[in-house]
Amino acid sequence: MKNQESMTMESSKNQKGAGSGEGKLARCLLIGISVLFLLIMLVFPLVEVIYRSLKEGLKMYGDALTAPNTLSALGVTLIAAVIALAVNTFFGLCAAWLITKFDFRGRQLLSTLIDIPFSISPVIAGLAFIMTFGRMGWAKPLIDGVNDLFGTDISLVFSVPGVVLATIFVTFPFVSRELIPVMQAQGSAEEEAAAMMGAKGLTIFRRVTFPHIKWALLYGMILCAARALGEFGAVYAVSKARGKTFTLPLEIDALYMAGSADSITQAFAVSSLLVIMAIIILILKQIVEYRGKREQ
Amino acid sequence: MSGKAKKGKSVLPGFGLTMGVTVALLSLLILIPLASVLVYAFHMSGKEFLELMLRQNVRQAFVTSISCAFIAAVVNCVFGLILAWVLVRYDFPGKRLMDGMIELPFALPTAVAGITLSKMYSDEGAIGRMLEHIGIKASYTKVGLTIALVFVGIPFVVRALQPVLEKLPETYEEASTMLGASRGYTFRRVILPELMPALLTGFGLALARGIGEYGSVIYISGNSAKEGTQVVSYIIMQKLNSGSVDYEGAAAIALILLLISFFLLFLINIIQIAASRRTKQ
Repeated sequence: MKNQESMTMESSKNQKGAGSGEGKLARCLLIGISVLFLLIMLVFPLVEVIYRSLKEGLKMYGDALTAPNTLSALGVTLIAAVIALAVNTFFGLCAAWLITKFDFRGRQLLSTLIDIPFSISPVIAGLAFIMTFGRMGWAKPLIDGVNDLFGTDISLVFSVPGVVLATIFVTFPFVSRELIPVMQAQGSAEEEAAAMMGAKGLTIFRRVTFPHIKWALLYGMILCAARALGEFGAVYAVSKARGKTFTLPLEIDALYMAGSADSITQAFAVSSLLVIMAIIILILKQIVEYRGKREQ
Repeated sequence: MSGKAKKGKSVLPGFGLTMGVTVALLSLLILIPLASVLVYAFHMSGKEFLELMLRQNVRQAFVTSISCAFIAAVVNCVFGLILAWVLVRYDFPGKRLMDGMIELPFALPTAVAGITLSKMYSDEGAIGRMLEHIGIKASYTKVGLTIALVFVGIPFVVRALQPVLEKLPETYEEASTMLGASRGYTFRRVILPELMPALLTGFGLALARGIGEYGSVIYISGNSAKEGTQVVSYIIMQKLNSGSVDYEGAAAIALILLLISFFLLFLINIIQIAASRRTKQ
């Protein structure tokens, strides 16, 4: 079996070395098109952000990054991302366990429902929260009641909790989506054996399931974090107070829309922060993917 | 059959707990808020609803969103196929870097992509000036809007194709070549049919994303009603923001957008089920 595997691997390697059918010219052409496409579509924009952010010198760059509005936005962004990551990771683990380890009526439906946020416009996510908890939302009296009871002043829209909710919404399926296929492929024979031998739920998860899924879990968490840090449309709908509830993307929007040459440069300076985050995320993702593949 | 019976009486713990958590969070965070949109949309009478949908700017926005997203998805299928092919089949220096870069549009916040593309393709940006020389105005037109959607959609197509292409045995092509087929014929008749389900899935995902896209398009499109560059998401947002807040209208338009997404999602599911049946046979 193993021998056969290595043989097929070798033969496919040989083919690769010898080219897989196309002539050299066609190969170079295809690689050329790919490189050109990626350069123009993906690399140039990154260079553009850095160039525009530094155009007016380092002082302006530094000032833009340390402006009170930027710092506040950075704080809100991080709070929203951390909470969304925690909630969605917890949810993802529960949902993946439920969907892959048990057979029940409505399983397919449940798994489709979980993926909804992935395919709908983020603007609708923001809208949904406004219509639930907003001034005219049906759940507004409920929130008011809670506030009266406990003397609190919680508001679920146009506030930081609203931003957090909208962020959770758009990143909801990211972790479960990565876990479910991996856990499905793994099957549950090992877990069942452990259960028969008397292991408790958490022990089974920690000692049997977790080692198999840790890379997929990490991968899903990275994707979730990336989206949470950069979400714009959903958050834009439920956040109106600059310097209080704005996230970094909203601050960028406000600076850019102000329209003066200086404020546009500042918008790009703040953008460069998110570009750096995006690059770090891509590198982490690549590492996790590589380690995960190697362990398989 | 026996597998199913075994699963039915699972010895594994945690069914109640995970079911509770999953259903509770899903309902509270996703389903109930979405249901509110439905409720709001139905505040309108049928006549009002129709009037709204037939209004010039709303109709125009749907046409713009769908047509630009469609063109962008087609462009992405062409380049996505080339990219996936190159990344799976060839070895060359810098390949892993290229592979890692594909997901940049997922990682880069849409607002950042939006303002950057908008400046790049305007008359003060390098590419925008080049295009202007040959008579194409990109920023603040549908061309720019489509370019932004190509940016957003490319990873969907590449990532849908890559795993399928990796599994496609090269023996098929060898057999075809040995039987005397040309490379082009082999591609059209042997490779493309195998890739079709994945290609359509990527196309559908890119299209769905493109139709609802907001952040990356609103800067480059210019949002002009006269030029027909307003997208549906922009119209919804406008109804939430402008002096005259119109929640019912926003909800009604959102409802149509939701239906389009669900329809696309449904089609993608069908394609995937059909594809997995085909490979099982």
